[in-house]
Amino acid sequence: MRPRAASWFGAAAAAAAAVAIALLPLTLSDYHRSQGALVAVYFVAILALDIVTGYTGQISIGHGAFMAVGGYTTAILLHHHWWTSATGALHTIWTLPAAALVGFGAGLVVGLPALRFHGVYLALTTFAVALAVPQLAKNYSHFTGGTQGLSLPAHNGLWLYRLGWIVAGVAFVFAWLLLRGRTGRAFRAIRDSEVAAASSGVTLALYKTLAFGISAAMAAVAGSVYVLVNNFVNPDVFGLTLSLYVLIGAVVGGLGSLWGVLAGAAFVQLLPIGLTSGPLASSEDVPVIFGAVVIAVMAALPLGAAGFVQTALRFASRTRQSSTTP
Amino acid sequence: MAPLLALRDVDARYGPVQALRRVALTVDEGEVVAILGANGAGKTTTLRAISGTVRRTGTIEFAGRSLIRRGPEAAARLGIAHVPEGRGTFSELTVWENLRLGAHVRRGSLKDDFRRVLEYFPWLERRRSQQAGTLSGGEQQMLAIARAVMQRPRLLLLDEPSLGLAPLVVAEIFRIVGELNTREGTAVLLVEQNARTSLAAASRAYVLEVGSVAYEGASDDLAAHDAIRRSYLGY
Amino acid sequence: MTAALSTLRTPWRRVALGQWLVAALLAAVVVFLVVGSLQSSLFLQQTISGLANGGIYASLAVALVLIYRATEVINFAQGAIATFTTYVGWQLLAWGFHYWPMFALTIALAFVGGFVCELVAIRPVERRGNVLTVVIATIGLLILLEGLIGRIWGNEVKFMPSPFPARIYHLGGAAFSLQDLGTIGISIAAVVVLWLFFRFTKVGLAMRAAAVRPAAARLVGVRVSWMLSLGWGLAAALGAVSGLLAAASPSVLLQPSMMDGVLIYAFAAAVLGGLESAAGAVVAALLIGVLLSLLSSYVSWVTPALLLPVAFVLMLVVLLLKPTGLFGRTRVRKV
Repeated sequence: MRPRAASWFGAAAAAAAAVAIALLPLTLSDYHRSQGALVAVYFVAILALDIVTGYTGQISIGHGAFMAVGGYTTAILLHHHWWTSATGALHTIWTLPAAALVGFGAGLVVGLPALRFHGVYLALTTFAVALAVPQLAKNYSHFTGGTQGLSLPAHNGLWLYRLGWIVAGVAFVFAWLLLRGRTGRAFRAIRDSEVAAASSGVTLALYKTLAFGISAAMAAVAGSVYVLVNNFVNPDVFGLTLSLYVLIGAVVGGLGSLWGVLAGAAFVQLLPIGLTSGPLASSEDVPVIFGAVVIAVMAALPLGAAGFVQTALRFASRTRQSSTTP
Repeated sequence: MAPLLALRDVDARYGPVQALRRVALTVDEGEVVAILGANGAGKTTTLRAISGTVRRTGTIEFAGRSLIRRGPEAAARLGIAHVPEGRGTFSELTVWENLRLGAHVRRGSLKDDFRRVLEYFPWLERRRSQQAGTLSGGEQQMLAIARAVMQRPRLLLLDEPSLGLAPLVVAEIFRIVGELNTREGTAVLLVEQNARTSLAAASRAYVLEVGSVAYEGASDDLAAHDAIRRSYLGY
Repeated sequence: MTAALSTLRTPWRRVALGQWLVAALLAAVVVFLVVGSLQSSLFLQQTISGLANGGIYASLAVALVLIYRATEVINFAQGAIATFTTYVGWQLLAWGFHYWPMFALTIALAFVGGFVCELVAIRPVERRGNVLTVVIATIGLLILLEGLIGRIWGNEVKFMPSPFPARIYHLGGAAFSLQDLGTIGISIAAVVVLWLFFRFTKVGLAMRAAAVRPAAARLVGVRVSWMLSLGWGLAAALGAVSGLLAAASPSVLLQPSMMDGVLIYAFAAAVLGGLESAAGAVVAALLIGVLLSLLSSYVSWVTPALLLPVAFVLMLVVLLLKPTGLFGRTRVRKV
């Protein structure tokens, strides 16, 4: 497909998806709307992970920790009078940028020492971070409510859905602009070959840390929305499972592809629901089937859904070419 | 009498690049045959095709069995010892462990095999616990051949044994290979850049050009042929 | 598998310096432990129980190293496999087996199970994917196994007895439980048996060859993919030892998430040990066990919840100083 045609197609598809997402809640119950908000949460979290892992090549298995940072920021701020009085009516919404800021800081804290690690060592370090953060939350209960956690005011499903998907839309546009610009090129260069990137003048330390910072900020905002959907937060909310699900979503959807992010988020949030709503499986069977599906997908589509689609499109365009050549 | 090894119509590719085109060659029991040619002609690929370490199509028969659907493990089990480019030494393991691995496909006691190997390479005894990667280039080459001897193969595939080695060492290696051939009756298929040495060691040779057999014949005839000498063998 | 090229050509002095430092550090730690134990019986007790925990981490850590060395894959499901096999052991006991026959049979079944897991879940993925896809597959396996445990046995906590009678030995004012000593003994024995297997048997040698140089191994006739499955089987067997010992410990409850915490410490031990050295992993695991035990009893602000972050910070500090772990070899990154 010619580049300009591809970008028009992409824009049209994005517009169509946006319309579909906007209209969808009209057909859903309140419960399902909040489920839809969770898909948005995963969308943003997976997008965040994709920036640092898919585009910059730094493996992070611990994005649940950054979500925790954001979620707790929101929860703690909402519990304090000075915040609600200072920010007025939109005090809930204003916690999101605050969470992003704190998240960015957390990303730098992880990203700086991460400069020294590669591959599996980085993966395990981020994994340890993912586990350590909830433990810290448990310990410093004065701020965080400890194991009990903190509760938050509830919101109706439609409000949550809209909040989630507006955040997702903003994140998507931001990521799209970031990745097609100079920063995105630097990220991709680092992923493909650090030595080559450095010798082309890319300041490795700056861009690698920046990737972590941006990624963490985005994940933090996802965490904030997550906490708002659940209307409470405690250390178990952001446990290991969450980090693993975000990673699964990113890889199943396809690393390095913005469309793959949507596929991955849908997979992670909707598959378990889809399984339980039918008569075939009970909630006990869900992890077994989910795990089996993940393995099967990795065996059949190692590049994820996005990779599969790309291969299919390439195959389709090649057959079209060969049929039109005389 | 049927040849020990026969290749017919063998093609091999590395991805989109075709490296071998309809290659045909034979090696008889107990023969020493050389494969010559310029860089990139497909000499190493031919050996890889025989041992099954590259994708190939065609007919490859060894001792009456077809190798075409079999991988390197099976080729080793059938009696082919491939000493690859780079020697394939297990650098992280000791000299003795490398030898033990050479005999992986053999059953029964290895005492006789160790004794034979030490006859060819007595210095190995002293170095048995040394990490193989710390040996010199020539020693590693000899270790690789020793490993092949442990296997008691019917056919030895030798890829560039003289690469990076001093002439004295090369001479020693070829002497040992010759002994292997005459004493044990092991057939040898040899790939060598050094055409003079290989024509001296082999009774027959094939000259490859861009993945196909361009010339074949007895070594003396090839060495005497002016055009071949000048364009392929460089002297 | 990238070979550790640099140590083959580095001048002896430079290689030795890093290793001498680590050796000196370890010697200092041992001296500290011995002196402390002689001075205080509480110290000795905590050291022993720390070593027991360390033994549990060590078995699992060696299992991780085994698989990593062969395939560069971190098996996230290692803990879940261990938990599953422990549940099988529980079931055997419920069916009337005596403890030690159960122990042996569980290890054998774990071996088979690990072998099958590799064949069914990992090989199809490995064929087409890269390391990251295989890691995701192990995560899928983790989710599947923990779910399967819940499906078969339910999620409530179960009780697993200990083979060791609850006897306390007194020696010079200090009290040792037979439980702790037995745990240390069995863990060490398991690792030693494995070492003997790799060092002296034909199959063990073939597995090592397949792990360091799969292409060359094929040429001598080693069936590399079967060696991989065997590796998974052995790793699962080690995990079973770890799981059974953990479940026997009074402070650990048999539940689907039983080995999650142990897995983390095993990861830390494997990483600190250099990821390619089983001996390093064992030493690191013992150190972690002792260190955490001493910290929680002597440092008041270290609550149980903080153990993991503390362990993490320590691991981070060590890695920042020596990025390839205590016993890892420095690798030259090829362009």
